[in-house]
Amino acid sequence: MSFDLSLLQQYAPDLLSGLRLTIEIWIVGALIAFIVGAALGLLLTFGPPRLRTVVRCYVEFFRGTPLLVQLFLLYYGGPRIGLTLNAMTAGLIGLGLYGGAYFAEIFRAGLSSIPTGQLEAARSFGYTRRDALRHIVLPQALVLMLPPSVNLLVIILKDTAVLSILTIPELTFQVTGMTLETFAFVEPYAALAIGYWLLVELAARLGHAAEHHLSRHMVRAA
Amino acid sequence: MNEFLGTTPAIASVRLLLLGAGMTVAVSIAAIALGFAIAAPVCAARLSANRGVHFLGSLYVSFFRGVPLLVQLLIAYYLLPVIGLELPSFIAAVLALGVCTAAYQAENLRGGFLIIPAGQRAAASAFGYGRLQTWRHILLPQALRASAPAVVNEMIAILKASSLISVVGVADLTRISQNIVARNMQPILWYSAAAAIYLAINLVLATAARAAEHRLGRGMATVAL
Repeated sequence: MSFDLSLLQQYAPDLLSGLRLTIEIWIVGALIAFIVGAALGLLLTFGPPRLRTVVRCYVEFFRGTPLLVQLFLLYYGGPRIGLTLNAMTAGLIGLGLYGGAYFAEIFRAGLSSIPTGQLEAARSFGYTRRDALRHIVLPQALVLMLPPSVNLLVIILKDTAVLSILTIPELTFQVTGMTLETFAFVEPYAALAIGYWLLVELAARLGHAAEHHLSRHMVRAA
Repeated sequence: MNEFLGTTPAIASVRLLLLGAGMTVAVSIAAIALGFAIAAPVCAARLSANRGVHFLGSLYVSFFRGVPLLVQLLIAYYLLPVIGLELPSFIAAVLALGVCTAAYQAENLRGGFLIIPAGQRAAASAFGYGRLQTWRHILLPQALRASAPAVVNEMIAILKASSLISVVGVADLTRISQNIVARNMQPILWYSAAAAIYLAINLVLATAARAAEHRLGRGMATVAL
Protein backbone atom coordinates (compact mmCIF):
# COMPACT_ATOMS: atom_id res chain seq x y z
CA MET A 1 0.00 0.00 0.00
CA SER A 2 1.80 3.10 -1.19
CA PHE A 3 0.60 6.64 -1.15
CA ASP A 4 0.65 8.14 -4.62
CA LEU A 5 0.45 11.92 -4.45
CA SER A 6 0.77 12.38 -8.21
CA LEU A 7 -2.69 10.83 -8.50
CA LEU A 8 -4.15 13.71 -6.51
CA GLN A 9 -2.15 16.16 -8.59
CA GLN A 10 -3.56 14.67 -11.76
CA TYR A 11 -7.12 15.08 -10.48
CA ALA A 12 -6.47 18.47 -8.89
CA PRO A 13 -8.77 20.42 -11.27
CA ASP A 14 -11.71 18.08 -10.53
CA LEU A 15 -11.05 18.13 -6.81
CA LEU A 16 -10.78 21.91 -6.69
CA SER A 17 -13.98 22.40 -8.69
CA GLY A 18 -15.68 19.96 -6.30
CA LEU A 19 -14.39 21.86 -3.31
CA ARG A 20 -15.60 25.13 -4.79
CA LEU A 21 -19.03 23.69 -5.43
CA THR A 22 -19.18 22.28 -1.89
CA ILE A 23 -18.46 25.72 -0.46
CA GLU A 24 -20.96 27.39 -2.79
CA ILE A 25 -23.67 24.87 -1.90
CA TRP A 26 -22.87 25.40 1.77
CA ILE A 27 -23.23 29.18 1.52
CA VAL A 28 -26.42 29.17 -0.57
CA GLY A 29 -27.99 26.31 1.42
CA ALA A 30 -27.19 28.02 4.72
CA LEU A 31 -28.63 31.32 3.44
CA ILE A 32 -31.89 29.65 2.42
CA ALA A 33 -31.96 27.84 5.76
CA PHE A 34 -31.40 31.09 7.64
CA ILE A 35 -34.18 32.94 5.80
CA VAL A 36 -36.63 30.03 6.18
CA GLY A 37 -35.64 29.63 9.82
CA ALA A 38 -36.02 33.32 10.60
CA ALA A 39 -39.52 33.44 9.13
CA LEU A 40 -40.62 30.22 10.84
CA GLY A 41 -38.94 31.15 14.13
CA LEU A 42 -40.78 34.49 14.24
CA LEU A 43 -44.06 32.70 13.47
CA LEU A 44 -43.35 30.10 16.18
CA THR A 45 -42.81 32.84 18.74
CA PHE A 46 -45.24 35.59 17.80
CA GLY A 47 -47.61 33.96 15.27
CA PRO A 48 -51.28 33.13 15.84
CA PRO A 49 -51.76 29.75 17.60
CA ARG A 50 -53.15 27.92 14.58
CA LEU A 51 -50.30 28.98 12.34
CA ARG A 52 -47.89 28.03 15.13
CA THR A 53 -49.23 24.47 15.02
CA VAL A 54 -48.64 24.27 11.28
CA VAL A 55 -45.07 25.56 11.65
CA ARG A 56 -44.49 23.13 14.54
CA CYS A 57 -45.53 20.24 12.24
CA TYR A 58 -43.10 21.49 9.58
CA VAL A 59 -40.27 21.65 12.10
CA GLU A 60 -41.03 18.19 13.54
CA PHE A 61 -41.18 16.64 10.06
CA PHE A 62 -37.92 18.12 8.84
CA ARG A 63 -36.08 17.41 12.10
CA GLY A 64 -37.56 13.94 12.53
CA THR A 65 -36.79 12.44 9.11
CA PRO A 66 -33.46 11.89 7.35
CA LEU A 67 -32.24 14.55 4.92
CA LEU A 68 -31.70 11.83 2.32
CA VAL A 69 -35.38 10.80 2.37
CA GLN A 70 -36.44 14.45 2.16
CA LEU A 71 -34.19 14.91 -0.87
CA PHE A 72 -35.64 11.78 -2.53
CA LEU A 73 -39.18 13.07 -1.90
CA LEU A 74 -38.34 16.45 -3.41
CA TYR A 75 -36.24 15.26 -6.35
CA TYR A 76 -38.14 12.10 -7.38
CA GLY A 77 -41.57 12.91 -5.92
CA GLY A 78 -41.62 16.55 -7.02
CA PRO A 79 -42.17 15.90 -10.76
CA ARG A 80 -45.37 13.94 -9.88
CA ILE A 81 -46.95 17.10 -8.52
CA GLY A 82 -45.58 19.32 -11.27
CA LEU A 83 -42.41 20.35 -9.43
CA THR A 84 -39.61 19.28 -11.74
CA LEU A 85 -36.30 20.43 -10.37
CA ASN A 86 -32.79 19.73 -11.55
CA ALA A 87 -30.52 17.98 -9.07
CA MET A 88 -28.77 21.15 -7.98
CA THR A 89 -31.97 23.12 -7.33
CA ALA A 90 -33.54 20.18 -5.50
CA GLY A 91 -30.39 19.76 -3.42
CA LEU A 92 -30.20 23.42 -2.46
CA ILE A 93 -33.91 23.68 -1.64
CA GLY A 94 -33.79 20.39 0.28
CA LEU A 95 -30.77 21.49 2.28
CA GLY A 96 -32.38 24.89 2.89
CA LEU A 97 -35.72 23.49 4.07
CA TYR A 98 -33.93 20.96 6.30
CA GLY A 99 -31.60 23.53 7.85
CA GLY A 100 -34.51 25.96 8.09
CA ALA A 101 -36.29 23.71 10.56
CA TYR A 102 -33.24 23.75 12.83
CA PHE A 103 -32.77 27.50 12.41
CA ALA A 104 -36.45 27.99 13.31
CA GLU A 105 -35.84 26.30 16.67
CA ILE A 106 -32.72 28.41 17.23
CA PHE A 107 -34.70 31.59 16.48
CA ARG A 108 -37.56 30.51 18.72
CA ALA A 109 -35.23 29.71 21.62
CA GLY A 110 -33.33 32.97 21.13
CA LEU A 111 -36.42 35.16 20.86
CA SER A 112 -38.23 33.55 23.78
CA SER A 113 -35.23 33.95 26.06
CA ILE A 114 -35.64 37.73 25.99
CA PRO A 115 -38.00 38.58 28.89
CA THR A 116 -41.40 39.80 27.66
CA GLY A 117 -41.10 42.67 30.15
CA GLN A 118 -38.61 44.28 27.78
CA LEU A 119 -41.07 44.19 24.93
CA GLU A 120 -43.78 45.65 27.18
CA ALA A 121 -41.42 48.34 28.46
CA ALA A 122 -40.53 49.29 24.90
CA ARG A 123 -44.22 49.47 23.98
CA SER A 124 -44.93 51.77 26.90
CA PHE A 125 -42.07 53.99 25.75
CA GLY A 126 -43.96 54.40 22.51
CA TYR A 127 -42.08 51.87 20.36
CA THR A 128 -44.26 50.12 17.82
CA ARG A 129 -44.21 46.33 18.05
CA ARG A 130 -42.06 46.14 14.94
CA ASP A 131 -39.58 48.76 16.24
CA ALA A 132 -39.38 47.03 19.62
CA LEU A 133 -38.55 43.74 17.91
CA ARG A 134 -36.10 45.40 15.58
CA HIS A 135 -34.21 47.51 18.12
CA ILE A 136 -34.68 45.74 21.46
CA VAL A 137 -35.41 42.04 21.08
CA LEU A 138 -33.56 40.97 17.92
CA PRO A 139 -30.14 42.46 18.72
CA GLN A 140 -30.06 40.56 22.01
CA ALA A 141 -31.57 37.38 20.61
CA LEU A 142 -29.08 37.26 17.73
CA VAL A 143 -26.14 37.25 20.14
CA LEU A 144 -27.71 34.38 22.12
CA MET A 145 -28.29 32.51 18.87
CA LEU A 146 -24.65 32.64 17.81
CA PRO A 147 -23.27 29.44 19.42
CA PRO A 148 -26.06 27.11 18.19
CA SER A 149 -25.94 28.82 14.78
CA VAL A 150 -22.23 28.12 14.40
CA ASN A 151 -22.92 24.47 15.26
CA LEU A 152 -25.71 24.32 12.72
CA LEU A 153 -23.56 25.90 9.99
CA VAL A 154 -20.96 23.18 10.59
CA ILE A 155 -23.66 20.51 10.40
CA ILE A 156 -24.95 21.99 7.12
CA LEU A 157 -21.39 21.99 5.74
CA LYS A 158 -21.06 18.27 6.52
CA ASP A 159 -24.52 17.52 5.14
CA THR A 160 -23.59 18.95 1.74
CA ALA A 161 -21.83 15.59 1.21
CA VAL A 162 -25.26 13.91 1.10
CA LEU A 163 -26.02 15.91 -2.07
CA SER A 164 -23.47 13.76 -3.92
CA ILE A 165 -26.13 11.02 -3.87
CA LEU A 166 -28.27 13.22 -6.15
CA THR A 167 -25.24 13.25 -8.53
CA ILE A 168 -24.36 16.87 -7.78
CA PRO A 169 -20.64 17.16 -8.64
CA GLU A 170 -19.46 18.50 -5.30
CA LEU A 171 -16.35 17.28 -3.49
CA THR A 172 -17.57 13.84 -2.39
CA PHE A 173 -19.02 13.13 -5.83
CA GLN A 174 -15.77 14.11 -7.55
CA VAL A 175 -13.72 11.90 -5.26
CA THR A 176 -16.09 8.94 -5.68
CA GLY A 177 -15.81 9.37 -9.45
CA MET A 178 -12.05 9.46 -9.13
CA THR A 179 -11.96 6.16 -7.21
CA LEU A 180 -14.12 4.52 -9.87
CA GLU A 181 -11.80 5.69 -12.66
CA THR A 182 -8.51 4.84 -11.00
CA PHE A 183 -9.44 1.99 -8.63
CA ALA A 184 -7.31 3.80 -6.10
CA PHE A 185 -9.17 4.19 -2.83
CA VAL A 186 -6.56 5.14 -0.26
CA GLU A 187 -5.34 8.47 -1.64
CA PRO A 188 -8.71 9.93 -2.72
CA TYR A 189 -10.58 9.00 0.45
CA ALA A 190 -7.72 10.04 2.74
CA ALA A 191 -7.60 13.39 0.94
CA LEU A 192 -11.38 13.71 1.11
CA ALA A 193 -11.56 13.04 4.85
CA ILE A 194 -8.67 15.39 5.63
CA GLY A 195 -10.13 18.05 3.33
CA TYR A 196 -13.50 18.05 5.10
CA TRP A 197 -11.81 17.85 8.47
CA LEU A 198 -9.75 20.98 7.79
CA LEU A 199 -12.74 22.80 6.33
CA VAL A 200 -14.93 21.96 9.35
CA GLU A 201 -12.22 22.88 11.86
CA LEU A 202 -11.63 26.15 10.03
CA ALA A 203 -15.34 26.96 9.94
CA ALA A 204 -15.76 26.09 13.62
CA ARG A 205 -12.72 28.18 14.66
CA LEU A 206 -13.89 31.18 12.61
CA GLY A 207 -17.38 30.78 14.05
CA HIS A 208 -16.13 30.67 17.62
CA ALA A 209 -13.92 33.70 17.02
CA ALA A 210 -16.94 35.60 15.65
CA GLU A 211 -19.00 34.43 18.61
CA HIS A 212 -16.37 35.70 21.00
CA HIS A 213 -16.08 39.02 19.23
CA LEU A 214 -19.79 39.71 18.95
CA SER A 215 -20.64 38.70 22.51
CA ARG A 216 -17.72 40.41 24.22
CA HIS A 217 -20.04 43.03 25.76
CA MET A 218 -21.79 40.21 27.62
CA VAL A 219 -18.67 38.86 29.32
CA ARG A 220 -18.52 40.04 32.89
CA ALA A 221 -15.24 41.25 34.30
CA ALA A 222 -14.01 38.81 36.95
CA MET B 1 -41.04 -13.35 -3.59
CA ASN B 2 -44.56 -11.97 -3.70
CA GLU B 3 -46.02 -15.33 -2.78
CA PHE B 4 -43.84 -15.47 0.27
CA LEU B 5 -44.55 -11.92 1.31
CA GLY B 6 -48.25 -11.67 0.59
CA THR B 7 -50.86 -11.66 -2.07
CA THR B 8 -50.78 -8.19 -3.57
CA PRO B 9 -47.70 -6.15 -4.49
CA ALA B 10 -48.81 -3.34 -2.18
CA ILE B 11 -48.94 -5.64 0.85
CA ALA B 12 -45.62 -7.18 -0.15
CA SER B 13 -44.14 -3.69 -0.36
CA VAL B 14 -45.45 -2.76 3.08
CA ARG B 15 -43.94 -5.91 4.56
CA LEU B 16 -40.62 -5.20 2.86
CA LEU B 17 -40.72 -1.65 4.21
CA LEU B 18 -41.25 -2.96 7.74
CA LEU B 19 -38.33 -5.37 7.29
CA GLY B 20 -36.26 -2.37 6.25
CA ALA B 21 -37.42 -0.48 9.33
CA GLY B 22 -36.31 -3.45 11.43
CA MET B 23 -32.87 -3.29 9.81
CA THR B 24 -32.67 0.46 10.46
CA VAL B 25 -33.54 -0.06 14.14
CA ALA B 26 -31.12 -3.00 14.50
CA VAL B 27 -28.21 -1.09 12.96
CA SER B 28 -28.99 2.00 15.05
CA ILE B 29 -29.17 0.08 18.34
CA ALA B 30 -25.95 -1.83 17.58
CA ALA B 31 -24.21 1.42 16.61
CA ILE B 32 -25.37 3.24 19.76
CA ALA B 33 -24.20 0.35 21.96
CA LEU B 34 -20.82 0.12 20.20
CA GLY B 35 -20.57 3.91 20.34
CA PHE B 36 -21.15 3.94 24.09
CA ALA B 37 -18.47 1.28 24.63
CA ILE B 38 -15.97 3.39 22.67
CA ALA B 39 -17.18 6.68 24.16
CA ALA B 40 -16.29 5.70 27.74
CA PRO B 41 -12.51 5.41 27.14
CA VAL B 42 -12.53 8.40 24.75
CA CYS B 43 -14.24 10.50 27.42
CA ALA B 44 -11.74 9.27 30.02
CA ALA B 45 -8.93 10.29 27.67
CA ARG B 46 -10.47 13.74 27.19
CA LEU B 47 -10.64 14.18 30.98
CA SER B 48 -7.16 12.80 31.53
CA ALA B 49 -4.50 15.01 33.08
CA ASN B 50 -1.89 13.34 30.87
CA ARG B 51 -1.30 15.66 27.93
CA GLY B 52 -0.59 12.97 25.35
CA VAL B 53 -3.68 10.96 26.26
CA HIS B 54 -5.79 14.12 26.30
CA PHE B 55 -4.51 15.03 22.85
CA LEU B 56 -5.37 11.60 21.43
CA GLY B 57 -8.90 11.82 22.85
CA SER B 58 -9.35 15.31 21.41
CA LEU B 59 -8.01 14.19 18.04
CA TYR B 60 -10.52 11.34 17.96
CA VAL B 61 -13.45 13.62 18.75
CA SER B 62 -12.32 16.31 16.33
CA PHE B 63 -11.83 13.89 13.42
CA PHE B 64 -15.04 11.90 13.76
CA ARG B 65 -17.11 15.02 14.32
CA GLY B 66 -15.30 16.87 11.56
CA VAL B 67 -15.74 14.47 8.65
CA PRO B 68 -19.18 13.89 7.08
CA LEU B 69 -20.67 10.54 8.07
CA LEU B 70 -21.16 9.66 4.40
CA VAL B 71 -17.41 9.97 3.85
CA GLN B 72 -16.72 7.84 6.92
CA LEU B 73 -19.10 5.20 5.57
CA LEU B 74 -17.43 5.22 2.16
CA ILE B 75 -14.06 4.82 3.88
CA ALA B 76 -15.30 1.91 6.00
CA TYR B 77 -16.81 0.26 2.96
CA TYR B 78 -14.07 0.80 0.37
CA LEU B 79 -10.92 1.39 2.37
CA LEU B 80 -11.07 -1.40 4.95
CA PRO B 81 -10.91 -4.14 2.27
CA VAL B 82 -7.75 -2.49 0.92
CA ILE B 83 -6.03 -3.13 4.27
CA GLY B 84 -7.30 -6.71 4.21
CA LEU B 85 -10.44 -6.29 6.31
CA GLU B 86 -13.33 -7.75 4.31
CA LEU B 87 -16.47 -7.04 6.29
CA PRO B 88 -20.11 -7.70 5.42
CA SER B 89 -21.82 -4.37 4.68
CA PHE B 90 -23.99 -4.65 7.82
CA ILE B 91 -20.90 -4.93 10.04
CA ALA B 92 -19.10 -2.14 8.18
CA ALA B 93 -22.16 0.09 8.62
CA VAL B 94 -22.45 -0.61 12.36
CA LEU B 95 -18.72 -0.04 12.78
CA ALA B 96 -18.75 3.29 10.93
CA LEU B 97 -21.87 4.59 12.70
CA GLY B 98 -20.61 3.35 16.08
CA VAL B 99 -17.18 4.93 15.76
CA CYS B 100 -18.78 8.21 14.69
CA THR B 101 -21.47 8.38 17.38
CA ALA B 102 -18.78 7.52 19.96
CA ALA B 103 -17.22 10.94 19.38
CA TYR B 104 -20.53 12.68 20.10
CA GLN B 105 -21.38 10.42 23.05
CA ALA B 106 -17.93 10.99 24.56
CA GLU B 107 -18.58 14.73 24.51
CA ASN B 108 -22.03 14.26 26.07
CA LEU B 109 -20.54 12.13 28.82
CA ARG B 110 -17.78 14.67 29.39
CA GLY B 111 -20.42 17.36 29.75
CA GLY B 112 -22.05 15.19 32.42
CA PHE B 113 -18.80 14.99 34.38
CA LEU B 114 -17.98 18.66 34.05
CA ILE B 115 -21.15 19.82 35.80
CA ILE B 116 -20.24 17.90 38.98
CA PRO B 117 -18.79 20.41 41.45
CA ALA B 118 -15.14 19.73 42.33
CA GLY B 119 -16.05 19.91 46.01
CA GLN B 120 -17.72 16.52 45.77
CA ARG B 121 -14.41 14.81 45.00
CA ALA B 122 -12.80 16.55 47.93
CA ALA B 123 -15.70 15.59 50.18
CA ALA B 124 -15.55 11.97 49.01
CA SER B 125 -11.84 11.77 49.71
CA ALA B 126 -12.39 13.38 53.13
CA PHE B 127 -14.88 10.61 53.86
CA GLY B 128 -12.19 8.05 53.01
CA TYR B 129 -13.43 7.08 49.52
CA GLY B 130 -10.74 5.75 47.21
CA ARG B 131 -10.34 7.03 43.65
CA LEU B 132 -12.23 4.08 42.18
CA GLN B 133 -14.97 4.24 44.81
CA THR B 134 -15.42 7.95 44.15
CA TRP B 135 -15.87 7.23 40.45
CA ARG B 136 -18.14 4.27 40.97
CA HIS B 137 -20.44 5.71 43.63
CA ILE B 138 -20.24 9.50 43.29
CA LEU B 139 -19.19 10.67 39.85
CA LEU B 140 -20.43 8.05 37.39
CA PRO B 141 -24.08 7.87 38.55
CA GLN B 142 -24.43 11.65 38.35
CA ALA B 143 -22.65 11.95 35.01
CA LEU B 144 -24.74 9.21 33.43
CA ARG B 145 -27.90 10.79 34.75
CA ALA B 146 -26.93 14.24 33.52
CA SER B 147 -26.02 13.00 30.05
CA ALA B 148 -29.06 10.72 29.63
CA PRO B 149 -31.18 13.26 27.67
CA ALA B 150 -28.29 13.86 25.30
CA VAL B 151 -28.04 10.10 24.69
CA VAL B 152 -31.61 10.03 23.42
CA ASN B 153 -30.89 12.99 21.15
CA GLU B 154 -27.94 11.03 19.83
CA MET B 155 -30.19 8.01 19.24
CA ILE B 156 -32.51 10.17 17.14
CA ALA B 157 -29.54 11.58 15.24
CA ILE B 158 -28.14 8.10 14.55
CA LEU B 159 -31.51 6.75 13.47
CA LYS B 160 -31.71 9.52 10.88
CA ALA B 161 -28.05 9.25 9.92
CA SER B 162 -28.45 5.51 9.40
CA SER B 163 -30.35 6.33 6.18
CA LEU B 164 -26.92 6.91 4.64
CA ILE B 165 -26.00 3.23 4.98
CA SER B 166 -28.37 2.65 2.06
CA VAL B 167 -25.51 4.02 -0.06
CA VAL B 168 -23.20 1.14 0.89
CA GLY B 169 -25.82 -1.47 0.13
CA VAL B 170 -27.47 -2.26 3.47
CA ALA B 171 -31.18 -3.06 3.00
CA ASP B 172 -32.37 -0.46 5.49
CA LEU B 173 -35.60 1.53 5.41
CA THR B 174 -34.28 4.07 2.90
CA ARG B 175 -32.79 1.45 0.58
CA ILE B 176 -35.95 -0.67 0.62
CA SER B 177 -38.13 2.35 -0.16
CA GLN B 178 -35.80 3.14 -3.08
CA ASN B 179 -36.17 -0.42 -4.35
CA ILE B 180 -39.95 -0.28 -4.05
CA VAL B 181 -40.08 3.04 -5.93
CA ALA B 182 -37.84 1.61 -8.64
CA ARG B 183 -40.41 -1.11 -9.18
CA ASN B 184 -43.77 0.62 -8.87
CA MET B 185 -42.85 4.25 -9.70
CA GLN B 186 -44.76 5.79 -6.80
CA PRO B 187 -42.07 7.96 -5.22
CA ILE B 188 -44.36 10.25 -3.22
CA LEU B 189 -46.26 7.39 -1.60
CA TRP B 190 -43.31 5.20 -0.61
CA TYR B 191 -40.83 7.91 0.35
CA SER B 192 -43.59 9.48 2.47
CA ALA B 193 -44.22 6.07 4.05
CA ALA B 194 -40.51 5.75 4.85
CA ALA B 195 -40.46 9.28 6.25
CA ALA B 196 -43.53 8.50 8.38
CA ILE B 197 -41.83 5.43 9.87
CA TYR B 198 -38.68 7.41 10.72
CA LEU B 199 -40.86 10.11 12.27
CA ALA B 200 -42.88 7.58 14.28
CA ILE B 201 -39.78 5.92 15.72
CA ASN B 202 -38.32 9.31 16.61
CA LEU B 203 -41.54 10.43 18.30
CA VAL B 204 -41.53 7.23 20.38
CA LEU B 205 -37.90 7.88 21.32
CA ALA B 206 -38.62 11.49 22.24
CA THR B 207 -41.60 10.49 24.37
CA ALA B 208 -39.59 7.76 26.10
CA ALA B 209 -36.86 10.32 26.72
CA ARG B 210 -39.24 12.68 28.48
CA ALA B 211 -40.54 9.84 30.65
CA ALA B 212 -37.01 8.67 31.47
CA GLU B 213 -35.90 12.18 32.28
CA HIS B 214 -38.80 12.53 34.65
CA ARG B 215 -37.95 9.20 36.32
CA LEU B 216 -34.25 9.91 36.54
CA GLY B 217 -34.98 13.37 37.85
CA ARG B 218 -36.72 11.99 40.92
CA GLY B 219 -33.53 11.64 42.94
CA MET B 220 -32.24 15.06 41.96
CA ALA B 221 -32.63 18.14 44.08
CA THR B 222 -35.49 20.25 42.82
CA VAL B 223 -35.41 22.82 45.60
CA ALA B 224 -35.17 26.35 44.36
CA LEU B 225 -32.05 28.01 45.74
